[in-house]
Amino acid sequence: MHAVSIPPFERFYEEHRAEVMRLLRRTLGRERSDDAFQETFLRALQAYGRLDHGEHLRAWVLTIARNVAIDALRRTRPTSPELVEMPVEDGSPAYAELAPLTDGLPPKERAAVVLRYGYDLSYDQIATALGSSAEAARQAASTGVRRLRTRRTGQ
Amino acid sequence: MTISPDVDRRFRDAALALGLVDVGYDVVESPLGPLFVAVSDEGLASISYDTRPEEQLDRLAAFAGPRVLRAPRKIDLARRELDEYFAGRRRVFDLSLDLRGLAPFTVSVLRELARVPFGETTTYGALAARVGRPRAARGVGTVMNRNRIPIVLPCHRVVGATGNLVGYAGGLDRKTALLELEGVLL
Repeated sequence: MHAVSIPPFERFYEEHRAEVMRLLRRTLGRERSDDAFQETFLRALQAYGRLDHGEHLRAWVLTIARNVAIDALRRTRPTSPELVEMPVEDGSPAYAELAPLTDGLPPKERAAVVLRYGYDLSYDQIATALGSSAEAARQAASTGVRRLRTRRTGQ
Repeated sequence: MTISPDVDRRFRDAALALGLVDVGYDVVESPLGPLFVAVSDEGLASISYDTRPEEQLDRLAAFAGPRVLRAPRKIDLARRELDEYFAGRRRVFDLSLDLRGLAPFTVSVLRELARVPFGETTTYGALAARVGRPRAARGVGTVMNRNRIPIVLPCHRVVGATGNLVGYAGGLDRKTALLELEGVLL
């Protein structure tokens, strides 16, 4: 099985920039979305050379955008990052199955669990999306999974 | 949703300033038509008469890395030297070259090619002899045909043993124009 190859960044950028900007405009408004747009693609570019494969790049970049937006909202309004929705990849069963399951997890844990187990992204990639270290991403995913297990056995 | 040119440019400039770009490219206008010019940290990586990025980006990523971005400022120096060359104000390019990913024979031929001076020509056979492979004139022809950095690596200065122009990846019209610019053809 061949992994999907990583497209040259320019192609990736052209393909996703409009949607990233839409997400940022919705959550941050016009004024702050320009800076967040730059931050999103700089974070993506920072990790781009270390990607293992080119799958789920849309989910990945929308997650980065979402976390950049959360950071921006935190700076001005300490609460309410829950308003930012998770990226939805069209027709992705992995995400569809995980979405209801991970409902209610704290945002970072939820993002880590979905990206790790729904999209099979590496902790390096998830770290970029979350704006954290790979170790913190690993911890968020494992804490999230543990929380889900406790919740299920508790039912 | 369209991205304003200002936001787009700011991202591209910031990416360069932070050193996050493996290869930056842009299109340069020239008397021979638009040129696709790509520069990496190693140096000038590609010049092409085919300016459609879809034909170029994968090729660049294959030897330089996937962070390929249109970044006009990355090619400023190359653009300036090309402009000067076409204006008749430059005979020698001072650009470092990125020859990664090329076979050793190709690299040795291109290094010899780089020594052929402005306004002079050589032959495929002579070039082959200069890299110690006197019978490899055809191989030299292939290297010229696939030359990733035409103009700066002057494959237009290589002609047949009888003086005929033979061929040029960018078309014989362009080879003729370059040799006219250099005063070889009138």
